[in-house]
Amino acid sequence: MSVLLQIQNLSKTFHKDTVNEKIVFEKFSLQVEKGDFITIIGSNGAGKSTLLNMISGSIPMDMGNILLREKDISKEAEYKRTKMIGRVFQDPTMGTSPSMTIFENLSMAAHKGKKFNLTMGISKKDISQFIDLVGQLSLGLEEQMNTKVGLLSGGQRQALALLMSTISNPDVLLLDEHTAALDPRTSERIIELTQKIVEEKKITTLMVTHNLHQAISIGNRLIMMHKGNIILDIKGQQKNELTIEKLLNCFETVQKDDVFSDRLLFS
Amino acid sequence: MDFWINILEQGLLFGIMVLGVYITYKILDFPDLSVDGSFPLGAAVTAAALIKGIHPIFAIFLSCIAGMMAGAVTGYLHVKIKITNLLSGILVMIGLYSINLRIMQKANVPLFNQKTIFSIGIQPIWIILLFALFIKILLDIFLKTKFGFLLKATGDNPQLVTSLGIDIGFTKIVGLMLSNGLVALSGSLAAQYQGFSDIGMGTGIVVMGLASIIFGEAVLRKVSFILPTTMALVGSMLYKMSMAFALKLRFPTTDLKLITAVIVALALALNEKKIGASIKKIFIVGGECPVTNTKSIKNIS
Repeated sequence: MSVLLQIQNLSKTFHKDTVNEKIVFEKFSLQVEKGDFITIIGSNGAGKSTLLNMISGSIPMDMGNILLREKDISKEAEYKRTKMIGRVFQDPTMGTSPSMTIFENLSMAAHKGKKFNLTMGISKKDISQFIDLVGQLSLGLEEQMNTKVGLLSGGQRQALALLMSTISNPDVLLLDEHTAALDPRTSERIIELTQKIVEEKKITTLMVTHNLHQAISIGNRLIMMHKGNIILDIKGQQKNELTIEKLLNCFETVQKDDVFSDRLLFS
Repeated sequence: MDFWINILEQGLLFGIMVLGVYITYKILDFPDLSVDGSFPLGAAVTAAALIKGIHPIFAIFLSCIAGMMAGAVTGYLHVKIKITNLLSGILVMIGLYSINLRIMQKANVPLFNQKTIFSIGIQPIWIILLFALFIKILLDIFLKTKFGFLLKATGDNPQLVTSLGIDIGFTKIVGLMLSNGLVALSGSLAAQYQGFSDIGMGTGIVVMGLASIIFGEAVLRKVSFILPTTMALVGSMLYKMSMAFALKLRFPTTDLKLITAVIVALALALNEKKIGASIKKIFIVGGECPVTNTKSIKNIS
């Protein structure tokens, strides 16, 4: 196993030198191995989303380095990093273009990393391939390929967004609570799809979730964050034996403060 | 008959400008005011070129290039210097006023004695139709290409374009260049058609473009499989028609801009569904009707 993503001494402070100064990260480090599927849990404000945002480059960091495939990407613009990073957001509208059809959306995603030139957006050979791909979602979308994505439900859109962000085989997939805005059943379905796609394509994945059950049952490594620190890091065999009870106990011994948000407890 | 042909000619001629405004306003979601400057820029470049004896077709080409440069400046101001989209457009529009005067050297340049594309003896309507259709079809094809998709997505969901590894600033600048290029081309044709170039001919071009787009959408949106570019062209003709009727009603020409502004404001205030409902309210008097599904009642009676 080789290291794919390295985060070294990351520091980030919001509203620096003001009354509202908030130190989110101080010398935070994390190593992600190739093929890892890491679930990240933690209370609100722990820095989970900020971490993903800094990896993808949508928030600049104050100090530290991010290395992807041993290449320092910390100074690169977001659009350059996204060539290697796929991402699905919590908001289902973020991952697709609503006034364009499923075909058009998929075509754009499939050409990621290639040249967007003046050749036809959808070629004949793409069509059957795209229909097959969408068929794998088994959501009945293959019959609405010319429907505008804005007319689809949140779950369908999120499934499509997931498909689009993985179609070009990114090095890293970042999932930022991508099922939080969906109803429980759809959420379950999207998680199944996520597992299937990630396993098939062997994409290294970081998934933020508030669902402890999901966090335990999925992936090979679990990280619990609190106030910008990793307070729990469980891998492999140890993770397989993990239960929600154990996780909660674990948390209490590490951290005495009452930091669990209601949302986490009720999940 | 002449009345209608005139409407068609002007509708199609300004329709090219409307297609340009459509790119920024509808596709990029960028309210670009610089077109108020790039339309007369096209006319000014054409006037200067024709007087120098340059071939009219080449003059159109030069105008188009000038317009694209103006669009690039707007894009640069917005993307690189991070000035808001409205203000970057206004800055370029104001700047172009002086540039246009410099190019023309006076406020009004008559072109009656110059050779234009309309002096080859064919009826102007055919020449204009050729240009308008050619550009419309080209734009339709462009919007189906990979880059065209990106342009659409840029206005629709900028985050997606970034996620695709594309610099959103780049697509915006290219879109603005295309748009202003078309507007300048339309200005060039307008100058040759009217037989003069005037420094004031750009005033209200943005609003005219918007009015046409809204007009076209309002009338044709229910028609299935209609392309938005068709709607824009038809809207432009409808707009010119309504202006012609306003003139027939003996409104002075100076009132036309006010009429345009009122029409656009009204259309935007009463968007699609609301129009039907508010018109109904005027004619239908009575209490509220809480039951909307009356099918079962009809079955009984």
